[in-house]
Amino acid sequence: MRLFQSVPERFRRTSGSEKSVVPPTGFTAQLTLFSAAAMAFLAVFALALSQASGRLADRWSAELARSATVRINAPKDQIDAQTEAVMKVLKTTVGIAEARVIGKDEQQALLAPWFGPDLPLDALPLPQLIEVIEDETGYDSDGLRQRLAAETPGAVLDDHTRWRKPLVKAADRLRSLGLISIILITLTMGAMIALAANAALAANAQVIRVLRLIGARDAFIVRAFVRRFTLRAVGGALVGTALGMVSVAFLPAASTAGGFLTGLGFRGWNWFLPLTIPLLAGLVAFWATRWAAFRRLRELT
Amino acid sequence: MIELENVSYNYGGGELLSNVSLNLAPGSFHFLTGPSGAGKTTFLKLCYMELRATAGHVQAFGADVRSMGRDDIARARRRIGVVHQDCQFLDHLPISENIALPLAVSGQSTSAEADNLDDLMQWVGLKRRAHALPAELSGGERQRAALARAVIMSPDVILADEPTGNVDWEMSKRLLSLLVELNRMGKAILIATHDLNLIRTAKSQVNARVLRIKDRHLQLAGADL
Repeated sequence: MRLFQSVPERFRRTSGSEKSVVPPTGFTAQLTLFSAAAMAFLAVFALALSQASGRLADRWSAELARSATVRINAPKDQIDAQTEAVMKVLKTTVGIAEARVIGKDEQQALLAPWFGPDLPLDALPLPQLIEVIEDETGYDSDGLRQRLAAETPGAVLDDHTRWRKPLVKAADRLRSLGLISIILITLTMGAMIALAANAALAANAQVIRVLRLIGARDAFIVRAFVRRFTLRAVGGALVGTALGMVSVAFLPAASTAGGFLTGLGFRGWNWFLPLTIPLLAGLVAFWATRWAAFRRLRELT
Repeated sequence: MIELENVSYNYGGGELLSNVSLNLAPGSFHFLTGPSGAGKTTFLKLCYMELRATAGHVQAFGADVRSMGRDDIARARRRIGVVHQDCQFLDHLPISENIALPLAVSGQSTSAEADNLDDLMQWVGLKRRAHALPAELSGGERQRAALARAVIMSPDVILADEPTGNVDWEMSKRLLSLLVELNRMGKAILIATHDLNLIRTAKSQVNARVLRIKDRHLQLAGADL
């Protein structure tokens, strides 16, 4: 029983004494705080970027994969007949869940972002578009192409793969760039904290010498420094993360016209992700300081 | 408890100590004399393991120093109280915390030892200066504080490097009588000094042996004092 009671008591006591053995240092403390805050701020953006590009890649591959477009280029008087013929073909094709003629209004809406709202559609030789949604099994696109070519010479099937693949690839690449940035930020923060800890250890060489002479084990001395740098890194990272999250929250939302893109930011539970940054900063600071301190102490008696 | 056997120490520019042997047994009282630069401080550093012998063997509490790890050395140092020539305090902590520091670093409760600390501060005449920083103390006060810190862990061996270098004769006698008292409790004492008065006074109270470092060797000084 005594043993269990003494553990928290012991922790409180030793941590209290470790706290005071290293003299307070204003300047390096502030530099560490600032570095941790700046890195956390950047990490929030890298995280937001990889989240957004991840969403983009998922969305593009999911939405575009299941849809295709049939485009009918024909003289004005033949277009209705050809559209009807194509619809007939589509309805009898296995694997197509839905085929829908895209009306004039819808076409106007699609083109509005590029040509403005007052486009005189009738004056333009626009092709007729038919949206095709495949079902679970999918259809044979080569077979469909051949049938369309036989029945309606002006109809072309576009299953989007041609431009969907590079887009999804780009989005995926963007997501990995975001992740690489987070890794680099983490390593840089570790390096900066190790440097700061090294400077602090050098500045406190006399303190360390005295502590060793009166019988302090390395672990005691290391704890004093680790505790300090971990708290600073966590504190700085909290501030940086908070500022980063606020900045992301107040980014202008992407307009519906570019609804095809996605807003840079977090959605739903993803808002909890940046909260792991201060935790990560603490872990990085803990190990970086520990490593630097033990390395340094080995050089002393 | 601390045993040196044919120990030599070489700074790199020639040997400072050659073939030195000494056994600090429980209850022994030694003085170490010799001209400045003869190697008194180096000898003490070999005893508290800050320096490693370049030849020969040093044993601390039955273990060969060469085979001891850093934590073993830290633990052994808790059983050795050292009064350094230049005191070696943590300058940002008040003197009472400096004196209690060995308790803190060895994980002992400083609050449980509060009465002890109080008595000790009283004894070395620093009770009213407890909250002063080391830099605010006089040379003599710092020396007394260093002695208090050296004995707070009730060590088995006490090593002192010129402990009376900065204090007046009255205080020297008080420091000596504390050391004599600790010696009667069975602790081994080794004092490096060239204060002959101190040695004479000590000899009237305890059976002290006087060692002299001369020409790199340790000799037993005899009746010439």
